[in-house]
Amino acid sequence: MDIRDLTVAELSALLAEGKLSSTEITKAYLSAIEKEDGFIRSYITVTAEKALSDAAAADERRSRGTPLSPLDGIPFALKDNFCTKGIKTTCASRMLENFVPPYTATAVKKLEQAGCVLLGKLNMDEFAMGSSTETSYFFKTKNPVDPERVPGGSSGGSAAAVAARLAPFALGTDTGGSIRQPAAFCGIVGMKPTYGRVSRFGVVAFASSLDQVGPMTRTVYDNALILSVIAGHDPMDASSLPHPVPDYAASAKDGILDGMRVGLPEELLGPGISPAIREAVLKAADVLREKGAVVEKCSLPRVKYALPAYYIISSAEAASNLGRYDGIRFGYAAQDVESISELYTKSRSEGFGWEVKRRILLGTFALSSGYYDAYYKRAQQVRTLIMQDYDNAFERFDCLLTPVAPVTAWKFGEMSKDPLEMYAADICTVSVNVAGLCGLSVPCGTDENGLPIGAQFIAKPLCEETLYRAGAALYGR
Amino acid sequence: MKITREQVLHVAALARLSLSEEETERLQGEMSGMIDFADSLKELDVSGVPPTTHAVPVQNVFREDGVLPSFDRAELLRCAPRHDESCVLVPRVVE
Repeated sequence: MDIRDLTVAELSALLAEGKLSSTEITKAYLSAIEKEDGFIRSYITVTAEKALSDAAAADERRSRGTPLSPLDGIPFALKDNFCTKGIKTTCASRMLENFVPPYTATAVKKLEQAGCVLLGKLNMDEFAMGSSTETSYFFKTKNPVDPERVPGGSSGGSAAAVAARLAPFALGTDTGGSIRQPAAFCGIVGMKPTYGRVSRFGVVAFASSLDQVGPMTRTVYDNALILSVIAGHDPMDASSLPHPVPDYAASAKDGILDGMRVGLPEELLGPGISPAIREAVLKAADVLREKGAVVEKCSLPRVKYALPAYYIISSAEAASNLGRYDGIRFGYAAQDVESISELYTKSRSEGFGWEVKRRILLGTFALSSGYYDAYYKRAQQVRTLIMQDYDNAFERFDCLLTPVAPVTAWKFGEMSKDPLEMYAADICTVSVNVAGLCGLSVPCGTDENGLPIGAQFIAKPLCEETLYRAGAALYGR
Repeated sequence: MKITREQVLHVAALARLSLSEEETERLQGEMSGMIDFADSLKELDVSGVPPTTHAVPVQNVFREDGVLPSFDRAELLRCAPRHDESCVLVPRVVE
């Protein structure tokens, strides 16, 4: 038995039976990180010492018969945009290279209260802006399936670590596809919950009307287990939803879809989608039919406008959110400045990378006097129209099935020349954030190069259980 | 829409970013491309459509106005690049 091949559910069962200790599991992962992550490069920070002492504490609780939860003692890792008290949180930016937060994000606190053991912090695109993790200030992360290719992004370190068995599970964040797309590229399961389902308190803000936290795991069942722990209302995040948290794992079990109505939006299976991916998604539809689902074509006539609307809205919100990096209260500060305005400008110009600057400038433009109505306000109106398209579809269907991305993982540097080309790769995922829905990415085959393909299920707000049922039917629990 | 050099520099000044000559030129091209792409939004009729700022209808969230412990001042000050025992330090703003 290789400890690293075990799922979260299996680790939990073995811990409960006393057949495995948290220390054994944690050591297995730490030594794997030491041996193998020098090549994959998924971790920015490894918290080995703290992990071992937390694991020892979990074992102590288990031996006294008082575990904090069924997950007590299970290790995990975090995208480096979750604040962790006393542990560097860089957002893969020079701006936050040495930032040590004075508090911990709520989602992380919930995992800690369940006894989970933090292994470290994972690489990402700078400030979560990118689709390949290549915009990280520090280094590039390799796709464990094919090291010449990107792991996707922006939660590329999280996807790579879970796929390479360098963490049993990880948390990511998703503003336009940043959990689902890297999950698809690396062949794992990624959930973007409903907007407001998981607290964002302590998560470095990118685009506040779109950002959401979610689990990245090897199985659908593990994903549901973790979401049940991190979801729920948080007084520290006024946008978090007050609705009770169901036992998501219960819906990730049976794999029977009696009468579930699944829509196939034809706009997301059209000419822009690679043939291998279209074929894999249509095959997935057949699997769902065999399990009892009714699968039919449908239409989201305005979904292609989600992409320009997304880039305007997310860049505008980013321009506003990133205004806080001024070189004064925290983060990078430029040296040798004579005035406060020089401190602002020099710190920001030296601290931010190119992709971040480009989006701040696009967002500032879209919000600036004379252009606000033409771009920002119009994008928000288009947002309403896209939500209407989804409302119409959900009158007939319980969930929709689409590809996660129009292409599989690309080679390093292949997409970084023309930003519009890279942005176009987000076509299948951004509308889910724009409309505040939930979306689940599960593996559904490979292309001619053996690269993983992801299927995406989309459901109405707060219908994560539907996604887990469909996901478990397709990919097993 | 072609973005001019002046527009790039104006937006950069608003965003407190300084750009080299080369960066300004590169951004002029890239921003023009992105704005052209955003202009496709004009193909849709949005007259009378209300804007959505927030996808989930949660509004006016209040809490009790209670006195609660806050962060430790020394701990917060440690995050500041320049500080003394009680204050964040910045370059002189008033002569």
